[in-house]
Amino acid sequence: MTVQSVSLVIAGSGGAGVVTAGSLLLEAAANAGWYALMSRSSGPQIRGGEAAAMLRFATEPIMSHDDSFHLLMAIDWENIGRFSAEIPLIATSLIVGDPAHGPAPAALLGGKPREAALAMTAIAEKIESGRPNMVALGAIAALIGLPPEAMQAVVEQHLKRKGQAAIDASMAAFHAGVTAAADLPATPKLPAVAAASEPRWSITGNEATGLGVIRGGVRFVAAYPITPATEVLEWLAPSLAKVGGVLVQAEDELASINQIIGASYGGVPAMTATSGPGLSLMIESLGLAVAAEVPLVVVDVMRVGPSTGIATKSEQSDLNIAVYGLHGDAPHIVVAANSVADCLFTTQWAVHLAEAMQTPTLVLTDQAMGQARAIVPRPAELAFIGQRLTATAAVEGERYKRYAVTASGVSPMAIPGTAGLTHTADGLEHNEFGTPSSQASDHQAQMDKRSRKLTQFNYGDHWAEIIDADAGPGDLAIITWGSSTGPAREALRRFSDAGGKARLISVRLIAPVQPEKMAAALAGITRAVVVEQSHSGQFYRMLRAFYDLPKDTRSLHQAGPLAFGPGRILEQLNAWSS
Amino acid sequence: MESCAQKKKYAAKDYKSDLKPIWCPGCGDYTVLNAITRALAELALPPEEVAVVSGIGCSSRIPAYTSVYGFHGVHGRALPVATGLKLARPDLTVLVTGGDGDGFSIGGNHFLHACRRNVDLTYIVMDNQVYGMTKGQASPTTAPDWEGSKLTPEGTGINPFQPLVVGLASGANFVARVSSSDPVNMAQIIVEAIRHPGFSLVQVLSPCVTFRPEQAEWRDIVRTAVVDVTDDAARAARRLMTDDGFNVGKVLYKGSRPPFRPEFENTSGSVAELEARFAL
Repeated sequence: MTVQSVSLVIAGSGGAGVVTAGSLLLEAAANAGWYALMSRSSGPQIRGGEAAAMLRFATEPIMSHDDSFHLLMAIDWENIGRFSAEIPLIATSLIVGDPAHGPAPAALLGGKPREAALAMTAIAEKIESGRPNMVALGAIAALIGLPPEAMQAVVEQHLKRKGQAAIDASMAAFHAGVTAAADLPATPKLPAVAAASEPRWSITGNEATGLGVIRGGVRFVAAYPITPATEVLEWLAPSLAKVGGVLVQAEDELASINQIIGASYGGVPAMTATSGPGLSLMIESLGLAVAAEVPLVVVDVMRVGPSTGIATKSEQSDLNIAVYGLHGDAPHIVVAANSVADCLFTTQWAVHLAEAMQTPTLVLTDQAMGQARAIVPRPAELAFIGQRLTATAAVEGERYKRYAVTASGVSPMAIPGTAGLTHTADGLEHNEFGTPSSQASDHQAQMDKRSRKLTQFNYGDHWAEIIDADAGPGDLAIITWGSSTGPAREALRRFSDAGGKARLISVRLIAPVQPEKMAAALAGITRAVVVEQSHSGQFYRMLRAFYDLPKDTRSLHQAGPLAFGPGRILEQLNAWSS
Repeated sequence: MESCAQKKKYAAKDYKSDLKPIWCPGCGDYTVLNAITRALAELALPPEEVAVVSGIGCSSRIPAYTSVYGFHGVHGRALPVATGLKLARPDLTVLVTGGDGDGFSIGGNHFLHACRRNVDLTYIVMDNQVYGMTKGQASPTTAPDWEGSKLTPEGTGINPFQPLVVGLASGANFVARVSSSDPVNMAQIIVEAIRHPGFSLVQVLSPCVTFRPEQAEWRDIVRTAVVDVTDDAARAARRLMTDDGFNVGKVLYKGSRPPFRPEFENTSGSVAELEARFAL
């Protein structure tokens, strides 16, 4: 395996502190100079129920989980079997359970992993206020080579308010776990690295999404809670207040979208975040924002659909509604983040695009990246600040044309309060002044203008992330988007490390489509595999409709919530090159 | 900011656009437009500091007939657009206009929550108990036995919605009922509604002479309400639940609940400080 990494799962019932343990481990790994990615999976219960923290540690940045896990540490077994498909275990994997909770469920043993016991409960009971999850962390640290002092710092910080006794109890349980791990079979260790040479962040995709829109200039958010987008909003509410912005909890998604339309019409850059069901409710008003030319950003943290689907799990299946959901011909922008860190870039860019083109911009992220936490190199400063072309003064003897037909398609927008430029913004088709019109010529002119402002805009290189662009004629390409980019990136790396030549094109600008740029990116490519997490191959079909693809283009798609491991993608590349 | 100088004088016509309304001759909405522009003139508000927001329906056409800033959105969503606008721009005077279908049927949930939230808006509902723009279907305020629509030939059989009672129960801070047959009184009430902080609800009995020709009689049926304004919402609601809907011309309730107005605080925080929390 090319990327030097260790993958493990901590699982248990809701009260076992699994996610807390995972978070501590993630931070300790960062202290040790490692990079890390943590996803979580939980049952449908509101409180309690089964939970799993899936972690991967590496000595360089990672954006995907591996094909299988080296270690499953189960604090107890409550319903953990339900995660079996999400936790691939193979013959070299190690599954560690507490004998106090009986044997491992059969569902987890399909891959014939090695089994071992760790008496977490019994060990913890011997320590005053000791908890089994800290014993588990100690054992994990010893197994994967995490220095105890890296954990000490994290525990001290987290339990500062609870006092020294709590810190001592936690660390005593941790060290007991370290000691007990001596009796466990070995798992791969990650080498110690020097302390991080460059600044790093610990951030989730949903936090990065919130930060991105604030960086872009958003100062008004209206939203309705929905899994798995709620953390975007919960992060934004206090953060906006610190930078002179406001978040309003609306009565429903119809209200959220219309409140942000009102705020943006008033001149304040605005956004909302939701998931599939909420996006469905917002669609009519997104068309209003297209017609009335109101800039705004809507983030869809995708989950498994249709309908209520699987609210807590990920899928890339809102592509169709995002691109085609609006009635009428309604040109708008759809962008997609391709990693936890890219949520920051893409949402900040989205604010810039929305404001520059006075049009709604949809951002697609998903549960997998939204609720994942990653240790990443500090994201770069970006120049994208929302800037709107405004009309600021009346021209003597001329009536203001809110929807003036211009070469760029963008018309200077008068913000309420500006004297002499009053007008009515309208979802009815209108003439240049904004006056409702049913004339064919006005409809044609306004349609042309709304379309032109999107097609003539310079999106630069950001339309896609292209890796290994020196692949030559006759070579292979992976075309993907969103969360599938992580495993595709790793598959590409394994393939090229083994001497293969291939190119990765991860499309960030889903709409408007960029056929010329795609043609250039596909120059010399004769075979391509399209990778996505949707049951019907939505992305593949969209590519087929709008792009000239290599003759031999295959679709590798599957429904959520299971993600592609890098190995599945690599198989296709290897099959072609053998 | 208003200086010591005298307020500029405005006439009602200064708030009218030169667009000719699409309304039928005799429609009550003409006098509502007149009353709104008259009220704005009396308040001497510069047109650029006023916004009129609407949804869809005959009466929702009003913004384009004014010379202030206007927003004509989709069906039922005028209140949230106005809410977002007013919260983002508290300096503006924001009016919302629309009909009974737009406000109480498709937009019913927003109506409840706009009353609850009590943002400083003035909501003028032209109630004609019918969907006029789609040519005469029963609305939420239509009597249950009205058989004038092919869609509900036996009548709806459903009791009409009581907008003012529901508004009071939901927390509206100002409630009045007026008649389109008395534009002078209506203008005065609208002035009061705009001046009163929080969510002000003005129900206008505004006949649809085309699909409800019998409503032409409203001008003779309406009477000036004999009650004085109260600050007791329960008392106002009791009165409204027992009246026949034709007591008009008065402010029925004025509350003192402070408007919802989250502050865009000019804090010293910076984006860099937000970012610092992610740094390891």
